[in-house]
Formats: sequence, C-alpha cells, structure tokens
Amino acid sequence: MRLFVSEGAPGSLPVLAAAGRAQGKAELLISTVGPEECVVPFLTRPKVPVLQLDNGNYLFSTTAICRYFFLLSGWEQDDLTNQWLEWEATELQPAVSAALYCLVVQGKKGEDVLGSVRRALTHIDHSLSRRSCPFLTGETESLADIVLWGALYPLLQDAAYLPEELGALHSWFQTLNSQEPCQQAVETVLKQHGILALRPYLQKQPQLSSPEGKLVSNDPEEEELATLSEEDIAMAVSAWEKGLGSLPTLRPQQNPVLPVAGERNVLITSALPYVNNVPHLGNIIGCVLSADVFARYSRLRQWNTLYLCGTDEYGTATETKAMEEGLTPQEICDKYYAIHASIYRWFNISFDTFGRTTTPQQTKITQDIFQRLYERGFVLQDTVEQLRCERCARFLADRFVEGVCPFCGYEEARGDQCDKCGKLINATELKKPQCKVCRSCPVVRSSRHLFLDLPKLEERLERWLEKTVPGSDWTPNARFIIRSWLRDGLKPRCITRDLKWGTPVPLEGFEDKVFYVWFDATIGYLSITANYTDQWEKWWKNPEQVDLYQFMAKDNVPFHGLVFPCTALGAEDNYTLVSHLIATEYLNYEDGKFSKSRGVGVFGDMAQDTGIPADIWRFYLLYIRPEGQDSAFSWTDLLLKNNSELLNNLGNFINRAGMFVSKFFGGCVPEMVLTSDDQRLLTHVTLELQHYHQLLEKARIRDALRSILTISRHGNQYIQVNEPWKRIKGNEADRQRAGTVTGMAVNIAALLSVMLQPYMPTVSATIQAQLQLSLPACSVLPTNFLCTLPAGHQIGTVSPLFQKLENDQIESLRQHFGGGQVKVSPKPAVEEAVTTAGSQQIQMLMDEVTKQGNIVRELKAQKADKNQIAAEVAKLLDLKKQLALAEGKPLEAPKGKKKK
Amino acid sequence: MAAAGELTLLEKWLVLQGGHKYSVQGKQQVPVLQTNNGLSLTGLTTIAAHLVKQANKEYLLGYTTEEKAIVQQWLEYRVTRVDGPCGKEEVRTLLKNLNSYLEGKVYLTGYNFTLADVLLYYGLHYFIVDLTVQEKEKYLNMSCWFCHIQHYPGIRQHLSHVIFIKNRLYANAH
Repeated sequence: MRLFVSEGAPGSLPVLAAAGRAQGKAELLISTVGPEECVVPFLTRPKVPVLQLDNGNYLFSTTAICRYFFLLSGWEQDDLTNQWLEWEATELQPAVSAALYCLVVQGKKGEDVLGSVRRALTHIDHSLSRRSCPFLTGETESLADIVLWGALYPLLQDAAYLPEELGALHSWFQTLNSQEPCQQAVETVLKQHGILALRPYLQKQPQLSSPEGKLVSNDPEEEELATLSEEDIAMAVSAWEKGLGSLPTLRPQQNPVLPVAGERNVLITSALPYVNNVPHLGNIIGCVLSADVFARYSRLRQWNTLYLCGTDEYGTATETKAMEEGLTPQEICDKYYAIHASIYRWFNISFDTFGRTTTPQQTKITQDIFQRLYERGFVLQDTVEQLRCERCARFLADRFVEGVCPFCGYEEARGDQCDKCGKLINATELKKPQCKVCRSCPVVRSSRHLFLDLPKLEERLERWLEKTVPGSDWTPNARFIIRSWLRDGLKPRCITRDLKWGTPVPLEGFEDKVFYVWFDATIGYLSITANYTDQWEKWWKNPEQVDLYQFMAKDNVPFHGLVFPCTALGAEDNYTLVSHLIATEYLNYEDGKFSKSRGVGVFGDMAQDTGIPADIWRFYLLYIRPEGQDSAFSWTDLLLKNNSELLNNLGNFINRAGMFVSKFFGGCVPEMVLTSDDQRLLTHVTLELQHYHQLLEKARIRDALRSILTISRHGNQYIQVNEPWKRIKGNEADRQRAGTVTGMAVNIAALLSVMLQPYMPTVSATIQAQLQLSLPACSVLPTNFLCTLPAGHQIGTVSPLFQKLENDQIESLRQHFGGGQVKVSPKPAVEEAVTTAGSQQIQMLMDEVTKQGNIVRELKAQKADKNQIAAEVAKLLDLKKQLALAEGKPLEAPKGKKKK
Repeated sequence: MAAAGELTLLEKWLVLQGGHKYSVQGKQQVPVLQTNNGLSLTGLTTIAAHLVKQANKEYLLGYTTEEKAIVQQWLEYRVTRVDGPCGKEEVRTLLKNLNSYLEGKVYLTGYNFTLADVLLYYGLHYFIVDLTVQEKEKYLNMSCWFCHIQHYPGIRQHLSHVIFIKNRLYANAH
C-alpha cells in the first residue's frame, strides 16, 4: 500500500503517528505530493493524506487511514472509539479548521481563534476528568487519542490556545506529545516551522462554513436569529413600554469639561499627528476617527468625556520641511496646523480641544517632568559620536547626511539606510559624507547626551502593567508589543538631540540641545489640556477618578504603553496613566501602501474634493477599520458598501419607515398593538443593541457598526414580510396591523439614528430632524430599545439619505489617486478598457499633466533637492503614460532604454 | 429524515427486538441512545454500528480489514458531507464524486453489501427524489447503485420508490 502525504497538510500528523502500528503487517510506501495534486481519481478536490490500498481502492479520510493501521495491528473496533471518531469528524474537525484558518491564513489571534473551538476543548476535558482515565477510551493510548491529538496539535502547541483551566486536557495532550511516533510526525509535517508550515496548504483549502456560522468574513451574511427566552421577551417589552419617560436627565454642557467625583470620567486621546505632512486615510482611521467614534459613544452614554488631540510639531522632520519650503519651522507648523485642523473639521471630528505641542505649557511641563526624573536619578549621561557640519555649525541628524554606502558603494546613500542595497547604516560609517544642506564634508565629533534609565524603572513598570492590563480593554496587539519589549529587556534611551527646534533641556552644558520628540510628544497631551484649562491636573494627576483611553496605530504602542508610563512613574507625581490602550493595525491602499512621494492613495485634504460626503468616508473607513488585522482601502469595495449597505439596506429601511408614516398616516405615528411576532422583533433588536453596547464598551468599533446594519436588515425583512402598503388598503384589522408595523419600523429607525451618531453624525442628525426626534432621545443611548416615537408623534419631511455611487465615477477617482488598477499593463484588453475613457477624463489628465509639468519646471528653476525633483518627474511621466493610454495612443518607449 | 427515525428503520430491518428510544442533542439533532448497561451512545454511525453488532450481523461492517476501513470511511462521508451544510453546488459535487467512485462497483465496498450502503441510501434519498430524469442519467453509476439498494429486501420500508428509466433518453448529452 502507498501513503500519499503533503508537507504542511494537518491530516498527515495523525496518519504518520499511527503508521507505526502497521509495521510488519504490510509494506508501506510513503510518497510526498504537492497539496494540489489530485491523487484520488474520483474526488473533485485534491485531498491528502490518502492511502492507496493493495486492492486499488483508496482511503481518503484521515480517520479511516488511522483506523486501518490500527486494525492491521489487531485492534478491534468498539463503540466508544467509534463515538469519539464520529464526534471528531462532525464537531471537532469543522471547529479546528475554522480556528486554524483564522490563525494561520487570516492572522487573527486570541478569542477570534479560540472562540470556535472552546466548546469542543471543554467537552474533551470534561470527558477525561469525568472518567478519570488518562486516555480517551481507557487506561491505554488508542486510535481515538491519536486522531484527536493529530487534529488538535497544530492549535494546542501554542499554549495560548490551550486554556489553563482545562487541566485534564492539558496533561492528556502533554502525554501524547511526549510519545515517540507523535514527535516524529510533528518533525516530518511541521519541519520546525511550527504552525506556519501549514499555511501554504490551508490557504488553498476552501473555507468551510462552521456549524455555528460564525466564520469571520467582510460581508455580513444572513444572520441566524438567536433563540429567545420568555424572560428576554418580557424584559424587552416592558422596557419598550416605559418609553421616553425612562430616559435619564441630560447632563448639562460644561465648559471646560472637568472630572466629577462619583461619575465615570473618560479622558480620550488620539495619537498626535506629525505636523510636517498631510495625514492620509490610514492615519485618520488609526487615531482621530477611531477616537472620535468612542468619544461620541461615550457622550451618548452620558459619561463625562474629554476628547483631545493636537499636532506634534517639534523635531528634525519639521526643520527639514521648513528648509524645503523656504520657511521657518514656526511658519511650517502654523501652515500645517491649519491644514490638519481643517481636515479634521471636515471629517467632523468632535475634539473638545485640538492643540499643538509648540506652546509655553509644553516647555513648562516637559521641563518639570525632566527635573523630577533628574533629581530622582533616572537620567544618565553618555557620549555619542555624531557627524557635525562645521559650516552650518550644527550636528547633523541622519536625514541631513548623504554619502557613499559602505556596503554597496551606492553614491546617494542616506544617513540611516541605503536606498539601493537596503542595509541599515550608521551615519558615521558613510564614505565621503556630505551635509545635505551646504554640501560640505562633516566631521565626526562626540556629543554628550542624556538618557532615560529605563532598566531602573522596569520593575515599577511591570508592577503597574500587572495591575492595569488584565481585565482592561488593551487591544491584543498592544499587549503583545509591550510583552515582547519587556521580554527583550529595556535599555536606556537617549532623550536629547542636537537640534534647535524643540523643547530646550534645562540643564547646564545642554543649552544647545533639545528633547527628542518621542520624549516630549506624549507629554503633549498634558500641555494641550493645560492650554484648554488651567485645571488640567484634575485630569492628568487623578488616576483614581479618570479612565484614560488612548487611540493609536500599532507603531505608537511602545511610546504610550512603555516609555511614557516609565517617565510618569519615575517622576512620582501621581500621573494618570493609560487604562485602555487601543491600537489598530495598518490600513493599506488598494493592494499597496499609501505613499505621499509616489502620489499613491487618498490624503485627508483630497477626500473633500472627491464629492463623496464626509459621512460616507467615515462609514467606509470604520467599516474596514484594521481591527485585529491589516485591511485595505479599495475603491470598488467603497462603491459596493455604499450601494449595498448604506443605500439598499440602511437608507432604504429608514426612508421606507418614514415614508409610510407620511404617506399612510399623515405624518403622525400610528397606534401600535404588538403581536407576539412584533415582540420577538423587539427582543431581537434589543439584544442586538446590547451587543452593540458590549462591543463599543470594548472599543470594538468596526464590529459594533455591523450591529447597526443587522438591525436595519431585521427591519427591512419585517416590512417585507408584513407588507403594510397592502394592508393599509384592507379591512379594519389589516389597517391596524399596517399601523403597528409602521410604528415599530419608524421607532427602529429612530433607534438606528442614535446608534449611528458616533459613526455618521451628519446622517444621524438628518434622520433625527426628519423624524423630529426629541432632544433627550437624540442625546442618550439607553441599553434597551425604547419607544421614543409614541403614537400621535408628528414627524417632519422625509427624504432619501444616500446617493448611489456610479462605476465610472469611482473608476475615474481610482485613476486620479493611483493604485493597483492603473499599473500600465501591456495586455491589449486593458488598453481597450482604458481607451474607452471619456473625454472628461482625458481633459482631467491633460490638466494634471500641465500642472505637474509646472511643478517640475519650478523645482528645477529653484535648484531644489535632486530626489525631490526626481520624484516629481516620475509622477509627471506616469501621468503622461495614463494620458497616452486614455487617448488610445501607443506608448512611447523611454528614450535610450530598451523595451522589455 | 431525522436521524432517530432512520435508526428505527435500521432496527426494523435488522429485526431487533424491544425497540430503542432515542433522544436528540443540539441544533444538528444528533441522536443519543441509552444502552442497557447505563451508558449512552451519541452519533448516527456509532449507534448504527452498535445495533448491527447487537443483531449479530457484524459482516455488515465489512469482512476484511480493508473493507472495515472503507465502510467506516463512507459512514464518515455520510455524516460529514451528506448531512453537512449542503448548497446546490455541493450536492452536485457530491453526486459527481460518488458517481465516479461507483464506476464498476456494485456496492460501496465493491462486492459486499454493508451498513455504508444502507446509511448512504437513507441519507441521499432526500436528494435523489428531486433529481430530474436527465440528472439521474448523468449520474448513471450512482443511479444504478441507488436503484439496486432500494430494491434490497427490507431496506426501503416506507420511503418512496424512486423511478429510474432504463432506456437512455439523453444519449447525446455526454
């Protein structure tokens, strides 16, 4: 007989572990095949492992192969083993496959992975401990043990997915792991690559839907309705009946917002955007927009909320930019601060204050914290070798030096990295270094610097983390990053720089130095608050009363979760430290990265020019928020989500509900007499609302948005099934039914308008104006679904909320902003598609070419930086290419170079 | 057909005395049998194999070692693929695979009638009833097998008799 296995196919684990049983009974040949090879002639999809029997028949089931090996060794089939194997095939296998797919292919972690298998793991653990046998079917290892071990090994080998409380499962798993055949199987299949060895195989597998239907996908499927208990229904109905009266009284608006004893005080910060550039969509979703949703939600919960942000303005990058644009650093900051502020205003970000770091308060607070650290012995001094330009009379930051790469000889290597060979360079190792400003040769000088003694603070930090992180809403990636930094051990970090544009160091001998940005940027939150209110310490030196939520992209985690807490703990001034650190992954653009220099991607200021309203941008960015894994912005997907979710689902439902009230009932909400069907709907909506609350309390912003869409889907279905437009023409009972359905629907619409407020504030306000929803009902989101539009309530004029996005509109935007689809391809099919471009688009491209041509000419006239000119020229060439394609002209071959 | 009902049919065919009572478990309605020694057995194929042994008809689980493994493989196929979440596309794939497997075979193991044939017949009946004449002809090997099993003494019981036409109507189709 011949066994076919494939590297990285999980089924090979139990099969190889069981193969030893057949030894001496039959000759076994083992062949390795590719994961896509169709070994079994009668199966449509490739399947490995497979055992070809001597009579020519095939065993394509992993379990059947193992069973066969055991049968050969003289084992007899028994009921208990059969039961375990059937359970493995029907329950365990789908759950494990879903978990592995999540973990290995989609790169998810934690509960996303564990969630689908937890029940199965608990079942095994209970069976083991109830029978108090070391193995599944008794005192000795048997077929069932091998098959289940093989199914579970890829997942459980990572201790994170073997819950500690499952003690019996734990020791069973360890016992099997230590068996020689199992160890050998692991060695052969995973080849010491761990679970990643399974990736090529799993990627090729069709994703089976799990029995729970809980597989994560970007598109919501038909949700299966939860089963409702009588209790759930009774509670939902009684809450509904209480109506408006049960709303709490509104908090009076405070100015400034200050913490109040006995209340929940929520302080929200979003990472400070760096001032020298226009933020792109990834920056916006990573910090300000995510924090804004949470801040708005927090206010809807009537929590005492302060949301602040500002621009981070000090540092080398600002100085560079200033030199490029021929302005002073201060002028650069003023210019870009205004750009940032206007972009966020357009996106409707509800800051209580949007400040900046170049203020006297920043100097005062930073210097105070530094003094305290210095007095307490947490600051070290050391000498660093650096390049200094004598002509400019200053030390050169890495990006101010250029020279010959010491590794590959490339002429224009930068001070930190060579663009040609990609190796990291220490600026002092560059051959023939040149000051980028004056082109003279810098010399190596030593310079004294200050270091924050992180190793000395490490123990305090760990104690604080132990107290803070468990049970908090720190995102898994943040926990992971901090853990890995601590595992590698903290090292002293330099906190000063030889620059002018920064917070001065208040220490003798350091007068010509400033603090390094990452030391004082996080202090920016404090100084921005201090500029907002002189009572800023009520927020920042009040850890008992204040809940601090900090939003950022994952690259900022070390500064917020480690460096700033160390600084604050060392300063010993009772600072408020982060309680919940919410970090996103990265957002990509189409199939690449956002790139300012290559002109790829949508940047904050351009979003306004697309003609797509801010709320649609907010919706789509939040819908694809990189929560738990990287995600990508895609124009096609934006169009799809707008047209399917907003227009056809949410907009359609809310509009229909309102229209029925206007058309059939003269704009007056009709009497509602709830049948048991209505009560069930009411309960489903209530449960979904509570789910929304649970998710948002944990800042799972993207997932909570799905709840809104689910409710409106329920609503649409409800209207579709009950057909009020038909019943309104029927008899008395029918008309009453039409009234109840319409009344329920419009109340759901009112609820949705409030749930939507954190995500789409303008649309939310529009709905509320159309429905004439009362102020308290607009301002508070209770945990139950209440009747906020009682019978007799008069609504306003109803009109559609969303516009359809058209294909050609999106296509021209995609062309305009660059990205995957415009890559020039020699395939005629693509050219044909582009030649049909409208004259409007050609005109647009021509304008672009002219504009870009002027930029290049201007730069050349100014004798600007070579790299910068090159980048602009590249853009120009690309535009010309697009234009040529759009006009249907053949491409000109670049001069002097052969076409491939 | 609910799994418990199917087991009752099997019992009748095996001529077992006493008539067991089945409960079901979970959303998938997995059957559970309380055995005489106080233990319970869960799962369709597990219980079916148990009943076969009770009736002293162990040959239905396969004569040779190879057959035993093949029978269990098709029983697993029954509960994972035939009972799994089935879209139209999946059913078509399943019938296609089964059809090409059955080429040149009388029963699933080849020449011996086994429990695998019985349970696959019960599981598929629901789909086969709805096939068009053309489809039945397309999956010719499968149709022959199915027709053969439904005429095996005592198997069909109250299930409807599926008509297969012997002369080929769509000869040009393939």
